Amino acid sequence: MEILETVFVRNSLVVAFAVVGLTIWISYFLADKLTKGRIHGSAIAIALGLLAAYFGGKATGGSTGVADLTLLGGIGLMGGGMMRDFAIVATAFGVKLSELKKAGLAGVVSIFAGVVVSFVVGAAVAVLYGYTDPVAVTTIGAGAVTYIVGPVTGSALGADSDIIALSVAAGLIKSILVMIGTPLVAKTIGLNNPQSAMVFGGLMGTTSGVAAGLAATDPKLVPYGAMTATFYTGVGCLLGPSILFMIVNAIL
Amino acid sequence: MIVYGVALLSACLILGMLLGEVLGVALGVEANVGGVGIAMLFLVLASNSDRFKALVDGASGTGIQFWSAMYIPIVVAMAARQNVVAAFEGGMLAVVAGVAAVVVSFALVPLIAKIGNSETPSEENQ
Repeated sequence: MEILETVFVRNSLVVAFAVVGLTIWISYFLADKLTKGRIHGSAIAIALGLLAAYFGGKATGGSTGVADLTLLGGIGLMGGGMMRDFAIVATAFGVKLSELKKAGLAGVVSIFAGVVVSFVVGAAVAVLYGYTDPVAVTTIGAGAVTYIVGPVTGSALGADSDIIALSVAAGLIKSILVMIGTPLVAKTIGLNNPQSAMVFGGLMGTTSGVAAGLAATDPKLVPYGAMTATFYTGVGCLLGPSILFMIVNAIL
Repeated sequence: MIVYGVALLSACLILGMLLGEVLGVALGVEANVGGVGIAMLFLVLASNSDRFKALVDGASGTGIQFWSAMYIPIVVAMAARQNVVAAFEGGMLAVVAGVAAVVVSFALVPLIAKIGNSETPSEENQ
């Protein structure tokens, strides 16, 4: 057992490659046999990943899902921000500049609309639940933007730590739901071309959610959605503690 | 050489991240503003230009394609390291806020996607 642990820990990233590869193989097998290809194999793999993250978090009490298990620490590196961004940028290889230009305006509009809409929805829910303090309402609204905008806004405004935790939770729910829900609604919302993918990325904004959601829908759309989504958190951090807080403050 | 493509990809990411960071500081925001998006633009420009042909054609290109193909496995690993427990321990308010934000945003996709499309081609069709 000790020998196994030593080898796994020393080669953590390599272990992660093997484990993820096995997970994807099982997922594609299930997608093929059980759903006859109706559900994309990567959608199942992502769902399995989230499920494993839940049990990993429950078992260890840590905050990085399965990566907190000693034997699977490499998942943390493989699925971390650095590798994610590196692979996302690589997906842009082969993208046509003309496609980007076509959706330029709609893409920019979608980023601002996405931040404001998610904020308003989140803030409205906070008010419905009885919150009247403008700082709390703004922080929870910002959490509905992304789980990064929430704490950034909350700390800028001096919100309580339990409110900040709540905003992170709202953002995490959003991110997970986008991962799982995107392939299910893709057809209904017309998510089948580069233009709508750019708008989708701008509206949803959560980089992890968009990255996984599009991967499970159609990998060809990934670069377009990811391109706009990566501006979203920045715009959210810009608007949250400033203009959006002022508006909330004026209304409440 | 495969490593040329990988190096180009890395250079694009680092340059984009630097610009995103500078943009964040300029806007007074505690976040990287669009670093990855800017990096993607660099890679698109490089792969469409003649000057960088040696870095994106042939074996060099496969160095970039490899990482592009590793994207889904990396996303699966990313899913497996999310703080799913915290998401559900936030209580009903967090769930309702998160779900509502996603549902409304999903509904807006077809509406805003129309903005871009109505500019040129659809008018000719009518």
